[in-house]
Amino acid sequence: MGEVKYSKEHEWIKVEGDIGTIGITQHATEMLGDIVFVELPDVGSSVEKDGNAGVVESTKAASDVYTPISGEVMENNQAIVDDPGKINSDPENEAWFFKLKIKDKSEMDLLMNKEEYEKFSKESGS
Amino acid sequence: MEIKKTSLYQLHKNNNAKFVEFAGYEMPIQYDRGIIEEHKFTREHSGIFDVSHMGQLFIYGEDDLTKDLEKIFPIDLKNLKLNFSKYSFLMNSEAGIYDDLIITKIEGGYIIILNAACKDNDHKILSKLLLNKYDISLDESRSLIAIQGPGSVQILNNTIKGVESLYFMSGNWFLYKEKKIFITRSGYTGEDGFEISIENNLVEDFTKELLEKGAKLIGLGARDTLRLEAGLCLYGHELDINKTPIEANLKWAISKQRIENSDFIASNVIKNQIIEGVKKIRVGIKPEGRIIAREKTKVFNEDDLLVGEVTSGTFGPSVNGPIAMGYVVQEFSKKDTKIFLEVRGKKYPANICGLPFYKKSYVKGAING
Repeated sequence: MGEVKYSKEHEWIKVEGDIGTIGITQHATEMLGDIVFVELPDVGSSVEKDGNAGVVESTKAASDVYTPISGEVMENNQAIVDDPGKINSDPENEAWFFKLKIKDKSEMDLLMNKEEYEKFSKESGS
Repeated sequence: MEIKKTSLYQLHKNNNAKFVEFAGYEMPIQYDRGIIEEHKFTREHSGIFDVSHMGQLFIYGEDDLTKDLEKIFPIDLKNLKLNFSKYSFLMNSEAGIYDDLIITKIEGGYIIILNAACKDNDHKILSKLLLNKYDISLDESRSLIAIQGPGSVQILNNTIKGVESLYFMSGNWFLYKEKKIFITRSGYTGEDGFEISIENNLVEDFTKELLEKGAKLIGLGARDTLRLEAGLCLYGHELDINKTPIEANLKWAISKQRIENSDFIASNVIKNQIIEGVKKIRVGIKPEGRIIAREKTKVFNEDDLLVGEVTSGTFGPSVNGPIAMGYVVQEFSKKDTKIFLEVRGKKYPANICGLPFYKKSYVKGAING
């Protein structure tokens, strides 16, 4: 089991070796409602910590997805592009967004662990 | 200004509604199951919508009233039968739309159902236009709910005997707990259904009865996806003070005879636009992929010229894909015209299409048995 950490923008990242798998949290999906469209970063592109790394759209509105960690995108999850509803049903496992090769592991230290994130998402309310 | 609540607020809350502010009211946007399931449930079974934020304007008066209202609305009210309804609009002298509305002829007058955000202004304008000759009031003591979807007729008829024989776009007074309620066969979803005007203190009991019979509460989120699939306009999006009914492609709602007589507000503008055509017109837009083009998305033609703008766009759960409506330059408004939608800096192909996106026939006549 790799280490899982969370961002204030409601993304999770699971680290195995120097590869991070990134998705959005259950809490995020509950705020967004039914997700009907997703745009993922291209394989081979570089993403910067807290920078744009895709878009999710619910029936109501579009929201940006940010990457909690910098790196190069190695793989993106076409299954959720074809069936965005998967993001609502299993956001923290099957419906990962993309995998990246982590540029700087020390960025992980700025993220929250599960307990901290749960407290944060409860307090941030919305 | 304090946010207003409808008489069903507590019921929404008990059903875990997520609320949004809409036109000064705290309204349920969705419940637990989410917009897509609520949408589909309405199409397949029966959904209840609290639309009590909408205005219920009652106007009572003698014979002159019909004549005076015909100076305002471009419809044939003289020949409108008792208890029948028409879709129409309140316009300024340039044919800009103050509001779109449903007007129903009742014993002694008319009921006009108005959009929540426009109702106070409409009331003012109408009072002024009618020179305070009539008894005109926005009735805040009544709630308004809609029950929509194929199962609705049976559910409602179980509670209120006789509604099954109402024609589409007609209504009548019925009794519930010895109080008069006005029910019309109408709606905003593209489904068979009814709208019920009922006293505030009875609406919760009444709604609960319908829920017990299998209907479910549906939020404004699904109301929007349902109406967009049905190709229906939403004021503030497809319609506003800078658009005319002809530009909005709503010529069908204007009486031909009344246009010929040219004796209502802005009738000259309307007549001119029919003869000369309009620069921009409302169309349906179907993106080719999954991309959703929201309101204000710019529309380009194949030569990369800006030719229009999206006014509403979402994911249509029954269509199972993105849908939109918008205004484009007349020249590019023909069905199957290829256009491009600029979303987040990229252009995506789409086609002009006919409306509605989703079609089911309304009940035209009475249903027997």
